[in-house]
Amino acid sequence: MTLRIDKLGVVIAALLAYGAFVAPFANFRANRIVPGEARTILEALPSGLGAALLVFVAVSLVVIVLKTPTLLRLVLGLAATLALALLIGLSARYLTPPENTYARVAPASGFWLTSFAFVLLTADALTRLRLSPYARIALLAAVAAAAAGLLLSGAWDGLSILKEYASRADTFWLEASRHVVLALGSLAAAALFGLPIGILCHRVEALRAGVLNVLNIIQTIPSIALFGLLIAPLGWIAVHVPGASAIGIRGIGAAPAFVALFLYSLLPVVANTVVGLAGVPRDANEAARGIGMTDRQRLFGVELPLAFPVILTGIRIVLVQNIGLATIAALIGGGGFGVFVFQGIGQTAMDLVLLGAVPTVALAFAAAVVLDAATELSNSKPGRAA
Amino acid sequence: MRRFLPNLLRLATLAVLVVFLFRPELFEPLLKPLVQANAPAIYNQGSLLSLTLSHLATVFAATLAATIVAVGLAILVTRPIGAEFLPLSRSLVNIGQTFPPVAVLALAVPAVGFGEKPTLIALFLYGLLPIFENAMTGLSTLPPAIVEAARGTGMTGWQRLTKVELPLALPVVLAGIRLSVTISLATATIGSTVAAKTLGEVIIAGLQSNNLAFVLQGGLVVAVLAVLIYDAFSALERVLARRAGRG
Repeated sequence: MTLRIDKLGVVIAALLAYGAFVAPFANFRANRIVPGEARTILEALPSGLGAALLVFVAVSLVVIVLKTPTLLRLVLGLAATLALALLIGLSARYLTPPENTYARVAPASGFWLTSFAFVLLTADALTRLRLSPYARIALLAAVAAAAAGLLLSGAWDGLSILKEYASRADTFWLEASRHVVLALGSLAAAALFGLPIGILCHRVEALRAGVLNVLNIIQTIPSIALFGLLIAPLGWIAVHVPGASAIGIRGIGAAPAFVALFLYSLLPVVANTVVGLAGVPRDANEAARGIGMTDRQRLFGVELPLAFPVILTGIRIVLVQNIGLATIAALIGGGGFGVFVFQGIGQTAMDLVLLGAVPTVALAFAAAVVLDAATELSNSKPGRAA
Repeated sequence: MRRFLPNLLRLATLAVLVVFLFRPELFEPLLKPLVQANAPAIYNQGSLLSLTLSHLATVFAATLAATIVAVGLAILVTRPIGAEFLPLSRSLVNIGQTFPPVAVLALAVPAVGFGEKPTLIALFLYGLLPIFENAMTGLSTLPPAIVEAARGTGMTGWQRLTKVELPLALPVVLAGIRLSVTISLATATIGSTVAAKTLGEVIIAGLQSNNLAFVLQGGLVVAVLAVLIYDAFSALERVLARRAGRG
């Protein structure tokens, strides 16, 4: 058997070697805002475990640099990521002095780099394996379950980000639900209005350029400005339209955030509906007319089903974008994970920033994986011109 | 003649923007109705012009760096020597674009502290993706006949790259840069929450003091800049595409 070098593996191995042998593994701080002291793997883990981790990394380096079976690389990547996740929790307990509630232990650059290297290895193996959409969703579910297991078991309780969580668990779930409602609600509203507008633009050519241009310009307004600008009209509506304030319309808070996200969402939905409908093969339309379908039947029976994958791509863009933008809602009192991000920035408490940023990124990532899989499935249904 | 009206509109928009930046007090009567009786209608905590310039400088620096790195990487992964990196590069670009800009910005703060630096890093990282994606597409979807012809005339790999492949891919690369600049212009405003000097300062000052005129002028300047730059790039792309015979 000849040994061959994997070029990508060399890059991953370089990252891994630097992260494990040079960069600090954990960061210890006497309280939540003072600068931290770096701890290497050997200092951050109980004796024996640190050395074992270094040996494990050394063996992994060989497996990664050489051309090894893709499945082996996938298993190594997943196992190592899980092991690192367990070890950082352990390190937090090990480094925190007993009975000390002020000390904070956070993962340092070495932990992030080694994890990143193993995640890259996993991602590369997954790309090469070309998993089916169902397999990808199953894997996502497995990873989510593992993360939930680690959180519930208390393995990470010593970490600073979870100490931030522990002191505001109630608000965390309140803001989480607000975040999800904002992102999903505005998406639902955009789909409800965007689809008919898209169909109209497809049918009436005179409208198309004008509508799309207006929606394009809305996209260029920076999110914090759009959020701010909606405060005035909604405040006016709340005061002057009877019943408006009773259903929650107010100048500041969730209402302007919801409307802003809705406006941003319209462009991808409308544009993709137009593109999707324009891409319906002429033959399909002719055939539908030929068998005597009415316009309405043709729209729901032929055109929309055929355009569905493209429309779904638009929905994916909107959902991922909205999950990210909903963080900005916090600046105008709309709630969401942004509350923690901006509070953390204000207090220079980076663990608090992470408490807001990590769930946002995880949500956006999960939404992208699920909708990508859904798009692929809707494309590959039999009898569909993809 | 058909292009006359839109061009006039663009010039007029640009003129209004320039006048507003140099003599904002001329617009006071327009903005006055938006504020309470004795609140200032024109941003008074700094010069709008210098904020606009530093906003543009931040976006320009980040985009320039992103362009150099992204195009370099795209060239690498589309050569035979970097072919092994291509599949992972594609998935990384997909994954990277799911990261919200705010999160990228917030996560850069612990690494480098407050100020311009986290904004530059966030804009750079976020700007990389569209440029890299487009450069990769542009370089890997060249008409095979032309690449063959270039090889047939005995051009070296370097000559093919600089004389044939890059010029042909340029319009697609530019579309990526345009996308990246538009996103960066809007994202840079968020940089002001971590103390970067951008037009976001005006908007945030407005949000904090409940001054709608501030929010409007900050937001509109950014939006007009974005529309004008987007337009200029689109025009440049059309010219280049026509020249490259792809349009």
